[in-house]
Amino acid sequence: MNTAATPTAVRTPASEFWRKFKRQRVALVAGGFVLLLVLVAALAPWIVPFDAENFFDYDALNSPPSAKHWFGVDSLGRDIFSRILMGARISLAAGFISVAVGAVVGTLLGLLAGYYQGWWDRIVMRMADVLFAFPGILLAIGIVAILGNGMVNVILAVAVFSVPAFARLVRGNVLSLKHQTYIEAVRSIGASDTVIMLRHLLPGTVASVVVYLTMRIGTSIITAASLSFLGLGAQPPTPEWGAMLNEARADMLNAPHVALFPSLAIFVTVLAFNLLGDGLRDALDPKLDKY
Amino acid sequence: MAVYLLKRLLGLLPTLLIVAVLVFAFVHLLPGDPARLAAGVDAGPETVELVRKDLGLDLPLPQQFVRFFGHALQGDFGTSIRSKRPVSTEIAERFGPTFWLTLAAMAWSVALGLVLGIVSAVWRNRWPDRIGMSLAVSGISFPSFALGMVLMQLFSVQLGWLPTIGADSWRHYILPSLTLGAAVAAVMARFTRSSFIDILKEDYVRTARAKGAGEGSVIFKHGLRNALIPVVTMMGLQFGFLLGGSIVVEVVFNWPGMGRLLVDAVEMRDYPIIQALVLLFSLEFILINLVVDVLYAVINPTIRFH
Repeated sequence: MNTAATPTAVRTPASEFWRKFKRQRVALVAGGFVLLLVLVAALAPWIVPFDAENFFDYDALNSPPSAKHWFGVDSLGRDIFSRILMGARISLAAGFISVAVGAVVGTLLGLLAGYYQGWWDRIVMRMADVLFAFPGILLAIGIVAILGNGMVNVILAVAVFSVPAFARLVRGNVLSLKHQTYIEAVRSIGASDTVIMLRHLLPGTVASVVVYLTMRIGTSIITAASLSFLGLGAQPPTPEWGAMLNEARADMLNAPHVALFPSLAIFVTVLAFNLLGDGLRDALDPKLDKY
Repeated sequence: MAVYLLKRLLGLLPTLLIVAVLVFAFVHLLPGDPARLAAGVDAGPETVELVRKDLGLDLPLPQQFVRFFGHALQGDFGTSIRSKRPVSTEIAERFGPTFWLTLAAMAWSVALGLVLGIVSAVWRNRWPDRIGMSLAVSGISFPSFALGMVLMQLFSVQLGWLPTIGADSWRHYILPSLTLGAAVAAVMARFTRSSFIDILKEDYVRTARAKGAGEGSVIFKHGLRNALIPVVTMMGLQFGFLLGGSIVVEVVFNWPGMGRLLVDAVEMRDYPIIQALVLLFSLEFILINLVVDVLYAVINPTIRFH
């Protein structure tokens, strides 16, 4: 991000943001960890010690962590460390893509609803009410039941239930921004609705959208993993963390480490996103609800 | 108050109607022919046609909807494809365990969340706050199915203190309700803390301190009541989250409730069960939100006059 030229600079110049953000040491560490995770996920196919799906060490079934297998071996003889690394690709992609799609669609809907109000606003908000009438995971299960099992459908389902939250957030921001003097000023020099929305209202909501997006990624990773755990998302032998946990359930008694490492992987990843989100919120948008 | 209640109830109708249409449409969105699904894989074409007539799937869509809606109002959702028993019976058996589990989880998690939140706000940025908020951020980051497996491994398998699966006695409720409530307790703690911190900055709190009120009186008499207003709303939203969360937790603990019934039904494409459960879950969620809104209006009279 460079200064002034980027849209975010309107309300929170990058330097100002960085000044506040770097004071939050926990969030900085979390942000660094997220970067590392993204790097690991991107390079996973080249850095894994073993093939995640097709390498079987039959002499070491269910064996605990060792120098050769850092996180141990599962009941089929697969290297858990390699599977966790490959799983990072799936979980990060699922969390990020679903929230990004939800954010883009929700922001557009919220922008239009808040700016034009009237019947369009009523339709969008009514639809948001309806989507909110289903607990998130229930909606996702319903969508997966229609579209069939699989990770792509899970991502789509999670995206659908992210839309209304972003639409409400942006609509609220737009409602309070659009009566500000600078918007009146732009309108009085004859700017079109599109220009007002995209150039002048959107930048004012970007900060809270980014904060909410970061906080949402953690939840979405958990939801996607939950669906795979229920057998509705990624299918074995795919090394998705939720699916790995589901497979590990059968061997909990004699090989608890098979379940331990995927659990920790989800926990640490989601924790990093949540801490980063908290830090971004404190630096960018202190008014956003803290939960 | 009565007018407000009536207005809120009428406001629910459009949402309910759309939910009902979506649930109805669900059957027709499913891949494959619902009549064939209901008749079974080995059924011949004549049987499928009979079943189609029997279920009213040959009627025009609007007529089917009226039929579905009329039956649903009487609690008739047809028969389960898998067990061939009435859907209402299947669900009635499963309702209790889910209801009590949700309630148990809600009770402890709200109580703990409030206490953690208040303690963290009062000792802000000191060690009680740091411990409380570290617990809370961990709570929202640990997926419930993983937490359930860890708790079960620790307390049931290793220590042998608690039963692993089933719902026969109060001891069976401990681990599932802990698992289900953990995230809610964490959210409530974070939310209560921030709400409380805002309140403690208010002028009337300063006034109370200035006139010499004790710290306990400031926190409980002046702070708590006002801080609770947003917290009540949050509680309603969290209840919905618990309903959804129970689906996952029930699978982990093999709990004989509606959540597991739903997951099994999705696997078997048992659409009458899926329809009824989705409708029931949403209805519960909508009703809880209504109750919360009404509670909110009771605590905060300004809402009623908008």
